[in-house]
Amino acid sequence: MIRFESVTKRYEGGHEALREVSLELHNGEFAFLTGHSGAGKSTLLKLIALIERPTRGLVLVEGRNIGRLKPRQVPEHRRKIGIVFQDNKLMEDRPAFDNVALPLVIAGFNKREIARRTRAALDQVGLLDKERSTPRHLSTGEQQRVGIARAVASRPRLLIADEPTGNLDPELSLDIMNLFRRFNEVGVTTLIATHDLNLLEQLDYRRIELADGEVIDQGNIS
Amino acid sequence: MKTLTHYLSLHLRNCATALADLLAQPVATGLTVAVIGVALVLPASLHLLVQNGRVVVGGWESVRDFSVYLKIGTALENATAIADDLAAREIIDSVEVIPADDALEQFRSGFGVSELLDSMNSNPLPHTLVARPAEVATSAALTALEQEIRALPGVDQVRIDTEWVARLNAILDFLRRGVWIAAVMLVGAVIVTVGNTIRLDIQNRRDEIEICKLLGASNGFVRRPFLYIGLWYGVIGGIVALLLLGAGYLLLAPPVQRLTGLYGGGLELLGLDWVTLVAVLAAGILCGWGGAWSAVSRHLAAIEPK
Ligand SMILES: Nc1ncnc2c1ncn2[C@@H]1O[C@H](COP(=O)(O)OP(=O)(O)OP(=O)(O)O)[C@@H](O)[C@H]1O
Ligand SMILES: [Mg+2]
Repeated sequence: MIRFESVTKRYEGGHEALREVSLELHNGEFAFLTGHSGAGKSTLLKLIALIERPTRGLVLVEGRNIGRLKPRQVPEHRRKIGIVFQDNKLMEDRPAFDNVALPLVIAGFNKREIARRTRAALDQVGLLDKERSTPRHLSTGEQQRVGIARAVASRPRLLIADEPTGNLDPELSLDIMNLFRRFNEVGVTTLIATHDLNLLEQLDYRRIELADGEVIDQGNIS
Repeated sequence: MKTLTHYLSLHLRNCATALADLLAQPVATGLTVAVIGVALVLPASLHLLVQNGRVVVGGWESVRDFSVYLKIGTALENATAIADDLAAREIIDSVEVIPADDALEQFRSGFGVSELLDSMNSNPLPHTLVARPAEVATSAALTALEQEIRALPGVDQVRIDTEWVARLNAILDFLRRGVWIAAVMLVGAVIVTVGNTIRLDIQNRRDEIEICKLLGASNGFVRRPFLYIGLWYGVIGGIVALLLLGAGYLLLAPPVQRLTGLYGGGLELLGLDWVTLVAVLAAGILCGWGGAWSAVSRHLAAIEPK
């Protein structure tokens, strides 16, 4: 599903956020991406979503070398991936419903289907009663759940999440992780960046560990 | 087929949403639309003014006839001889002789001064020849002819009334060119106005645009709402311009009617013809769309998610 071959990412200014990273994530796999702050977790996820492009090396998603995609092919690539952003990236002045519906609108679903899938996604994160609230009027944890609902609303085959439980209490964090697991059970390949060690203790899944832009532990492929 | 109807419904929704967005901010929208309307109405009304002027002057343009006044006391036979001489020339189409007595009769019946005339013992009017030049006669040739006729024995005065008509025509030509220049400049102003309004709109919705792009929205998807907003600005601005034109017309029609009454009719205010109406609306739409395009193509590509 995802393969990195000797990928180096050097940001403008010269900082190498990733160095010679090689890894593989199989179809249907569930894995955590861990590492200290600044290790390069977000950068790795951004390369998958083509928010950044690799400086050297190959990034393959579903066998396709996405480094070669032209700018106008990028949107189609992104639509295939559900992304939970570290900073949520919600529309502040739009209700939760609109936020979750956005990927469905972009994908061109009809109105009825959009409403149905949006409510289903909101229900899954326990926010069905908050569909009219704007992010301003939601707690940080609720905002995060809106972001998660949006990522899964269009039922992508690949889900990448950057610190999706950063602001949630342990109980809710576990709920969210279980939600991701349920998606994974129906075949969604899932990669979650987190440094929530307590949470990782409770879950026995593959961990890919980064340190200073290099993979120091590939983890056991589950 | 499904994709086509889907595509259409998407556009329809964008179109409706754009209008709703505009109507949700009536003051800002009203100002922009008023600027567009005024900018469009200026060249349009100037155009109508020139059109009306041309029709009026066109009526006078055929007035190229000479009036040749003979000296008082010239015999009618002499007058006829001069008329025949003139009529023989190639440059002259026809000559009409108005004998002094006929002129007096016309004068008497037309002006109600018969008592005054009756009290005179002799006819104060000369024989008059009205010469109509050939169509092909140039104004230079006519001027030369005028000199020549003036020198003929028995001729007192020659009157030729075309000069100020020519001058008026030159002024109208100048104005017509002015209409074009004004139109180009004001259309430019409308495009800049819409472009700037939409640029601000894009800036205000920067986060939203970035999020859409992150979620895989194509450039077209992000562009469309702004293009439709530009389109609506153009449509509403065009309608405002038409309303202003209509109001101006209603205000001007009565005084023009009175004016034409004074001049014995034959003058009517040229109305808002279909071509002008459609042109104003089309100009509005094109400007709105064009302004949106210019803003969108310059500012949307710059928003790339990080
Ligand atoms: N746009 C950028 N330009 C320059 N340097 C960047 C940029 N984004 C990230 N970096 C640098 O790259 C390194 C890796 O950043 P990254 O965001 O991938 O870390 P991370 O593992 O996600 O950290 P955290 O756990 O704090 O989110 C950091 O040193 C960061 O300063
Ligand atoms: Mg990060």
